[in-house]
Amino acid sequence: MNQPASAYFLEEQKTPNETHTLSVLVANEPGVLARVIGLFSGRGYNIDSLTVSETEHQKHVSRITIVTTGTPMVIQQIKHQLDRMIPVYTVVDMTLTGRSIERELAMVKVRGSGEPRVEALRLAEAFRARVIDASTESFVFEITGNTTKIDQFIDLMKPLGLVEVSRTGVVAIVRGPEGM
Amino acid sequence: MSDKNHDPNQMTGAAMIVRALKDHGVKHLFGYPGGAVLPIYDEIFQQSDVEHILVRHEQGAGHAAEGYARSTGKPGVVLVTSGPGATNMVTPLTDALMDSIPLVCITGQVPTHLIGNDAFQECDTVGITRPCTKHNWLVRRIEDLPQVLHEAFYVATTGRPGPVVVDVPKDVQFATGTYHPPRKSDVHVSYAPRVKGDAAQIRKAVALLAGAKRPVIYSGGGVINAGVEASKLLRELVAATGFPITSTLMGLGAYPATGANWLGMLGMHGTYEANMAMHDCDVMLCVGARFDDRITGRTDAFSPGSKKIHIDIDPSSINKNIRVDVPIIGDCANVLGDILQVFKAEAKKPDVKAWWQQIATWKARNSLAYKKNNDVILPQFAIQRLFEATRGKDTYITTEVGQHQMWAAQFFGFDEPHRWMTSGGLGTMGYGLPAALGVQVAHPDALVIDIAGDASVQMTMQEMSTAVQYELPIKIFILNNQYMGMVRQWQQLLHGNRLSHSYSEALPDFVKMADAFGCVGLQAIKPGDLDGAIKEMIKVKKPVLFDCRVAALENCFPMIPSGKAHNEMLLPAEANDEATAAAFAGGKALV
Ligand SMILES: Cc1ncc(C[n+]2csc(CCOP(=O)(O)OP(=O)(O)O)c2C)c(N)n1
Ligand SMILES: [Mg+2]
Repeated sequence: MNQPASAYFLEEQKTPNETHTLSVLVANEPGVLARVIGLFSGRGYNIDSLTVSETEHQKHVSRITIVTTGTPMVIQQIKHQLDRMIPVYTVVDMTLTGRSIERELAMVKVRGSGEPRVEALRLAEAFRARVIDASTESFVFEITGNTTKIDQFIDLMKPLGLVEVSRTGVVAIVRGPEGM
Repeated sequence: MSDKNHDPNQMTGAAMIVRALKDHGVKHLFGYPGGAVLPIYDEIFQQSDVEHILVRHEQGAGHAAEGYARSTGKPGVVLVTSGPGATNMVTPLTDALMDSIPLVCITGQVPTHLIGNDAFQECDTVGITRPCTKHNWLVRRIEDLPQVLHEAFYVATTGRPGPVVVDVPKDVQFATGTYHPPRKSDVHVSYAPRVKGDAAQIRKAVALLAGAKRPVIYSGGGVINAGVEASKLLRELVAATGFPITSTLMGLGAYPATGANWLGMLGMHGTYEANMAMHDCDVMLCVGARFDDRITGRTDAFSPGSKKIHIDIDPSSINKNIRVDVPIIGDCANVLGDILQVFKAEAKKPDVKAWWQQIATWKARNSLAYKKNNDVILPQFAIQRLFEATRGKDTYITTEVGQHQMWAAQFFGFDEPHRWMTSGGLGTMGYGLPAALGVQVAHPDALVIDIAGDASVQMTMQEMSTAVQYELPIKIFILNNQYMGMVRQWQQLLHGNRLSHSYSEALPDFVKMADAFGCVGLQAIKPGDLDGAIKEMIKVKKPVLFDCRVAALENCFPMIPSGKAHNEMLLPAEANDEATAAAFAGGKALV
């Protein structure tokens, strides 16, 4: 609690953090992703997940989905800071819409034989994961779902011979007929 | 246009750059040549519409352009070469970003086919300057150049102004393409700053103002940036409401220091009455300021009982440090105009007599008082004398960073906007001298004075040579306390007076130095020397280095100690050793 001799007022954080998913439409031009990432690192914001791809080729529009954590004031700052970047068209806080669907895709490699191998396959079925590669001693599963579901599946695979995981990160879209 | 050779819009990239400058009304350009910009320098050589000012270091060009921009409201333009030319611009770009100064900086780059090869004088200019510009561009194709140049000017000067960089590889400067004059479609559709404030929010604001009992207006650099009209409207609003007004360091001059409602500057070294009014007010109108940490003191004790209205063109300034009740996003001039209109139509002047009486008791504490001294020149006294000597003259003041900067803000009165150029956000030592150059270029007949410190002035001293070359009669008024005074003050107050590396040892003889540069050197050692020497300084039509020897150990008060609130200021009269120790020890224990 003792503030060191400082020219700054050092405040402790009192408000709890929240996790939000932001969808950001940007002009697809060189350096745009570096700008977004630089904003987060430069201002000390968290990136839990980030995905990006061009979504409208004709208009050179890309969609970036960012999952971030911070106090409500910081989350609001992040949105404003993103929004004022020149190549950013819109920022939508998917979490605040309350109607957002979020998905991630993961590829999960599991190695084993005998009972654990059968068990892995059984669990995969229960999670609707597909086998996209198989050898006599391994599987690669493809699984889609929200982050919690994928985390859960990976946890279950750990004792069954989990080798490695590759995940896309979260993409999100709002339910209903309207676009963002 | 059958014959391409006769199409006047067919030109090289280098020619496009100079042409775009002309099309954007640029009269002056600050720069330094090098391999990667030679084609542009060749174009500059062959015309006379745009005057190029050759500095001695690219940082000088950047700050000169800032001074030019701040004193005119027009963008400052810089041209530097690749690699070290670009990296030397990082400080002024960051400075301009922090203080929202419109700069257009054109950098040369190695030819496109060499980019990424660690070529001679290559650096990742757009990468390095991305976090210190409002936006930047690397132009890889001649087809994109005219559009990018026009967009650069637009982005720099609209919305919240700021610096931009256009990085142009040498082959693009040589390539020929089709130029077009500025047009609307040059700008990203995603960039559309909001100018007009929301009508409902403006009504809410007026209702708060009309019902205020203890109001205060807190204005900032945004009002200056919004142009002379914004300052005019601010003054009208103060007159219409009868409210007291204070301002940040960056906002000085928007409301006149001689105005009846002026409380003086607020913040860490602001006046007692300004800070107390901020702390005890019931309605705060913040116009074009950003609740910076030098202003708020401890944020959890900042103006606890007030409803806050915040006008800013940049949504990200709102609710960043301090939660406000009525945010209004828009241009200061535009929103102030609307507020004024609604206020005049629907509200009557609130009765704030009791509040003014309260303020008068704070004012009576005389927080800027200092003990007179007949033997040594006190820095505060020097600035007061300087101010008196310049009254009625067409004066512009720049500063370096340190105690002298705070004293200048406290003791030099500004009655007009655009007269005060200081590095507020970044606090860049070395800003003031080149900034004065830029101001003088824009206002050749004005009296331009850099209130400097002995340490700061050595950071960009080389630009005296530029002043001599272009016959720019800037006055460098050095408050020479032989210390990095502000550092020494903090060391005294917070680090047991262990003056680690804050003594200005081996100071040059500034008078001889002036001589060596071919300008005029003056000195004042005793209080009795001061007026005569200042008079002389103002009279000579040459650049002057003025060595004003001031008390070495004077501290800058009043002061909000770190970790303290506005109502816990340390006043000069009370700042004896025990009180100071207690204030700062308390600060340490408190947080
Ligand atoms: C480029 C830069 N380096 C370091 C600092 C930290 N700093 C702030 S004030 C100061 C001392 C300034 O001394 P001087 O110019 O003599 O002014 P004084 O405070 O004595 O009036 C220093 C080192 C700074 N602001 N800028
Ligand atoms: Mg000094």
